[in-house]
Amino acid sequence: MTTLALLDVLSTRHAYVVFSLVLCIGLYMMIANPHLVKKIIGLNLFQTAIFLLFVVSAYVEGGSIPIIPPGTEVGAAYASPLPHVIVLTAIVVGVSLTAVGLALCIRIHDEYGTLRVDTLRDLMRDEGALPNGPARDRSVDRDGGDRR
Amino acid sequence: MTGLLLPLLVVVPIVAATLPIALGLKYENVGWPVAAVTTLGLTGLVAAVATQVYAGGGGFNHELGGFAPPVGIELVADELSAAVLVLVALVSLLTLVFSRVAGPRGNAFHSGYLLLTGGLMGVVLTGDLFNMFVFLEIVGLTTYALIAADRSGASAYASLKYLVLGTVGASLYLVGVGYVFLATGTLNMLDLQSSIAAVGYTDPLVQAGYAFIVAGFALKIALFPVHTWQPDAYQHAPDAVSTFVAALVSTAGAYALIRVTYTVFTVDFLAANEAITTGVLVVSGVSILAGSALAAMQSDLKRMFAYSSVAQFGMIAAAVALANETALLGALIHLVGHGLLKFGLFLAVGLIALGYGVQRLDQLPSFAREAPYTAGAIAVLGLALVGIPPSIGFLGKWYIAVGAVEVSAAGGGFAGIGIAMVIFISTLFTLAYVARIIERFYFAGVGLPGGGHGDDHAEGHGSDHDAHDDAAVADGGRDGVGLPEPLPGAPTAWGVPDRVPTAAFVVLLGTTLAAVALGFAGFGFYDAFDPFISEVFA
Repeated sequence: MTTLALLDVLSTRHAYVVFSLVLCIGLYMMIANPHLVKKIIGLNLFQTAIFLLFVVSAYVEGGSIPIIPPGTEVGAAYASPLPHVIVLTAIVVGVSLTAVGLALCIRIHDEYGTLRVDTLRDLMRDEGALPNGPARDRSVDRDGGDRR
Repeated sequence: MTGLLLPLLVVVPIVAATLPIALGLKYENVGWPVAAVTTLGLTGLVAAVATQVYAGGGGFNHELGGFAPPVGIELVADELSAAVLVLVALVSLLTLVFSRVAGPRGNAFHSGYLLLTGGLMGVVLTGDLFNMFVFLEIVGLTTYALIAADRSGASAYASLKYLVLGTVGASLYLVGVGYVFLATGTLNMLDLQSSIAAVGYTDPLVQAGYAFIVAGFALKIALFPVHTWQPDAYQHAPDAVSTFVAALVSTAGAYALIRVTYTVFTVDFLAANEAITTGVLVVSGVSILAGSALAAMQSDLKRMFAYSSVAQFGMIAAAVALANETALLGALIHLVGHGLLKFGLFLAVGLIALGYGVQRLDQLPSFAREAPYTAGAIAVLGLALVGIPPSIGFLGKWYIAVGAVEVSAAGGGFAGIGIAMVIFISTLFTLAYVARIIERFYFAGVGLPGGGHGDDHAEGHGSDHDAHDDAAVADGGRDGVGLPEPLPGAPTAWGVPDRVPTAAFVVLLGTTLAAVALGFAGFGFYDAFDPFISEVFA
């Protein structure tokens, strides 16, 4: 029974399943990947999943595009145009965010020569830009050597 | 005709944002005058809107493009948005006074600055959920750019961190809006109010939508587990930018949370979904405690005040979830008051960095001897943040705590008392770090030489200071740190020993006095916000 229900969801609601999968993959990529550009790619996946949600929600079984020339019969099925407009706007927002993010990546790479978060943190601690610099140095002294 | 004021508030700064870059092709340093004229004009427009709302009989709206609301987008000014508008206009105008001397000075900076102002106006005025997302992203994008305006690698990294987390927050908000749209088929706030009631407050889609929206705002206003972008961003941003951003950007997020919760989902939704309100109360309670405790551990002044924001916005979020009239009044007062206090504190820290080149607390022993007025302003603003009456910080906290107790007294269980206790404990933590500042400014480094510092401003800086340096090194400060030394070429203000630029110094004193004076305005706030609150709890 549960298998049947699962199959039913997969066959009729597959787009929503894909939405949640892509959303989670994007979120995981953002958290787990140490490379900054890949984090931004994860962010893009995350946003694309949301576009999918809106596009799918606008779908009407047997509906046509919502362009209604004068003289057409009223009452035919049309896809809802509003979510499409929302997605267009959200895509523009997403593109500008990606642009700003990549520009920042270029500046970080110019400054530190790396885009890996772990290396970057070490470099910034040495520079004193991150707060736990002194604390870490003291612990290194106590241990009598450099841990790295 | 007054309806036309609202679109002007959004359009004027955004159109003016193109001017510094366009005129920059021909003239140099045209950014500041353009920004100053525009924000001055905006302040006038906001004054007109506020007069209309508070004295001329309530809120009004404007239908964009002449499309009627459920389909078209409308801009709405009511008692709540007018108060935040006044804060936005004043802070953006006064920050320019500071950025004039402290930089950044580029034309591109002023373009971003005007875009940010326009975005904030839009967030406050819009009456449409998706439109709010767009304005939140305009605010977000320009904030990321402005934080990175300091050309250091650390600020770029802090900005990127904020970009990733802020975008996730805005995207989660968009998912929530999508769910609510699927459930109701509309995006207009007032229309949603009735549509959500028709769909039912316990509809899973509506519940999930609200949960996503709150999660998104939690990222935007930096509640505890997802606050990590805020200290880095505020610390590494240029001083003028962190003054502006700390006072307004999270405030706009919290405003949006209040607006969406009470105008769109309504109190009945909160009453019908105890699990959601309990969740928000727990998160905000933890946020209040953790923010205050982390702030008490910081030695960098900007980081300290950034963590303090985490705690203060925790209180506002808690008040939202309490769904009590007194607590909501407290949240509204605290929203405006916290913006004002953080503006003053970050401005003062920026002035210290400008005049003395330091921003760590341990580098500032006996700072009150050196700069009595700046140190005094920080002490007064800090005590207002603790909640010592009379101050605006006291009013907000007091009403939130009283509201929390009322909730428990009315049979709301442990939640209200818990929040009241958390606020009390957080006040003690706040006192702990403000007292550390005061101790450092007024009592530390008593044995250090100096003190006659104020007298020798007029002439003979160089030699005097060299001698002074030697003395400080010879005597040795307690921590190997002498009295804070003015930077060579630090600005001076007429009539005070502080090394501060006059105009920004006047702004700082004015903000400090306002923070105290508004502490007497409790009934004024009550009268101003009463129409909104009684409408919400009708």
